[in-house]
Amino acid sequence: MDWLPDWITAPGTTGEKFSVMFVAIVLFVVIMAVLLFAIDRPKRVPGWVVAAAFAGPAIIFLGYGLVRPALLTVWYSFLDRRGNEFVGLDNYVHAFTTSQFQQVLVNTAIWVLAVPVVATLIGLVYAVIVDRSRFERFSKALIFVPMAISMVGASIIWRFVYEFRPDQPNVQQTGLLNQVLVWLGLSPQQFLIGQPWNTAFLIVVMIWIQTGFAMTVLSAAIKAIPDDIIEAARLDGLSGLGMFRYITVPSIRPALIVVLTTIAIVALKVFDIVRTMTGGQFGTSVVANEFYTQAFRQNNQGLSSALAVLLFILVIPIIAYNVNQLRKSEEVR
Amino acid sequence: MTSAPTPPVTTTAGALVDGDDTPLAQRRLSRLEKRAIATKGKLTSPWASGLAIIMAILWTIPSIGLLVTSFRPALDIRRSGWWTVFGDMFTGDAEFTMENYETALFGQSTNLASSFVNTFVVTIPCVVIPITLALLAAYAFAWIDFRGRNVLFVAVFALQVVPLQVALVPLLSDYVSWGVNGSFWTVWFSHSIFALPLAIFLLHNFMKDIPASLIEAARVDGAGHVQIFFRVLFPLLVPAIAAFGTFQFLWVWNDLLVGLTFLDPAYRPLTVAVAEMAGTRGGQWHLLTAGAFISMVVPLVVFLLLQRFFVRGLLAGSVKG
Repeated sequence: MDWLPDWITAPGTTGEKFSVMFVAIVLFVVIMAVLLFAIDRPKRVPGWVVAAAFAGPAIIFLGYGLVRPALLTVWYSFLDRRGNEFVGLDNYVHAFTTSQFQQVLVNTAIWVLAVPVVATLIGLVYAVIVDRSRFERFSKALIFVPMAISMVGASIIWRFVYEFRPDQPNVQQTGLLNQVLVWLGLSPQQFLIGQPWNTAFLIVVMIWIQTGFAMTVLSAAIKAIPDDIIEAARLDGLSGLGMFRYITVPSIRPALIVVLTTIAIVALKVFDIVRTMTGGQFGTSVVANEFYTQAFRQNNQGLSSALAVLLFILVIPIIAYNVNQLRKSEEVR
Repeated sequence: MTSAPTPPVTTTAGALVDGDDTPLAQRRLSRLEKRAIATKGKLTSPWASGLAIIMAILWTIPSIGLLVTSFRPALDIRRSGWWTVFGDMFTGDAEFTMENYETALFGQSTNLASSFVNTFVVTIPCVVIPITLALLAAYAFAWIDFRGRNVLFVAVFALQVVPLQVALVPLLSDYVSWGVNGSFWTVWFSHSIFALPLAIFLLHNFMKDIPASLIEAARVDGAGHVQIFFRVLFPLLVPAIAAFGTFQFLWVWNDLLVGLTFLDPAYRPLTVAVAEMAGTRGGQWHLLTAGAFISMVVPLVVFLLLQRFFVRGLLAGSVKG
């Protein structure tokens, strides 16, 4: 692309950055407009030409930028670290047998199990409580805010909560959690370094983020339970926990499944939190973080591709569970 | 949500929310609803209200800590916990400063102001381009008959669950061979592609909900597909576009992986810059807290202004990535 002016690929100033952005958008709009104008003019255009003009650009983008790279990655996962030699399943064997990667897989499994269960549980309880509270909108908004900010931001918030100061007489703790420990008469801890519990403290961050999602979906589902069902159950003498156990939970089963599986997929792909909080050190690494390290730090193309494929394969059982359960709950009706 | 092939994760989430978010004020309340509101008033218990508020506050304390700390002088941050300022405010010892923000934004080594610009330059095309492409594709899938339509749509739908990690390495080598690696073009291209499956799927569902008679009527009047798309459908789709647009804006704004992979350090967005600060200046909390808050302020404003669209978009798009 040497024939282009420099600022198109390498803008220096703020003005140049915004100009190139403007150029990109205008270029895109002009291309699309010409395309649509071309098929709109002639009176009799064959149907497939119109369809191709509408759907074609997106399909080409997806085919070139997502399907083709995905297939290439699958192929690379059978090659060695430079992509020269075919090594069969060696990369996968390596990922499953070396103790370093076994730890990574175990950590990922813990994330995928713990985050959805705990976040959904808290979200469900909160949705039930807030349904009978007076400041519903306000409380819900506060719980939902962590969904709005980046996981990088959330990680920094929590790193500060976990901040550790050596336990000496004239040193004050500046991390809230350690200060609470001190107030309780305990000694402060290095939460992010002590294995194996440090993974749990990272998981807390994800739960903090995802609970708002669980709460919002479940709260909507709870409100959608028909009044007559609740009325009938009440006449039968159900209340409190009984109502929760026999009416609320069964009625919102489909929503619960969606929430659980959605959060499980998010937890499976966790990268930002691990990278920002520990960088994957101290035995906290997960598959997505290891993928990044292998691909762009170690330059091991074979292994990183195998890890990416592994991420994809691990999504499938979660989706299958989701589809299966939703089918079941549709059959019941 | 008519022609969705299998019960997908996203449809259900979308449907759940759709059921809930018709604003009560916009239509007249039926008698039943009035009664429901009245009973709700009786049902609110002080216990539930108290518990809900306490939990909401507990949830917010970590963020408050960050916000308060970002305004404290660096020396104070090292000496004492942020919660001490509340006591100090009574005695008059609490000190606040904007210096952390000045250093974080314009300091030689941090320079988050330039990252702030980068994030905007990255984000805006990454919202405009995929929405346009997806609108057109969704229209084709919903209202143009062509062979292989259903197979293609299911394929696009299935692409939603592909983790974008599988595309990064091959895309990066493409960008290198095109000579655009490190530039904004790489993230515009990548983010636009990664957004398409979800965008097409969501917008298709909204388009299918528009009554066919409306389109038929326009067709009888002699309108072609292009006219139908712009004159009839587009105005009806504004809420859907707003919901997806808000979601996509925040997704790209908050993204770390794509920016980290493709962008040259000179163009790094806020998330990458702040994550890097966390790695190299882990102890300099006066800069870290200010930096983190700078990266969060736009999402927070969007959240406050567009809460309805935002929640709808976020819930519908939560499996993306």
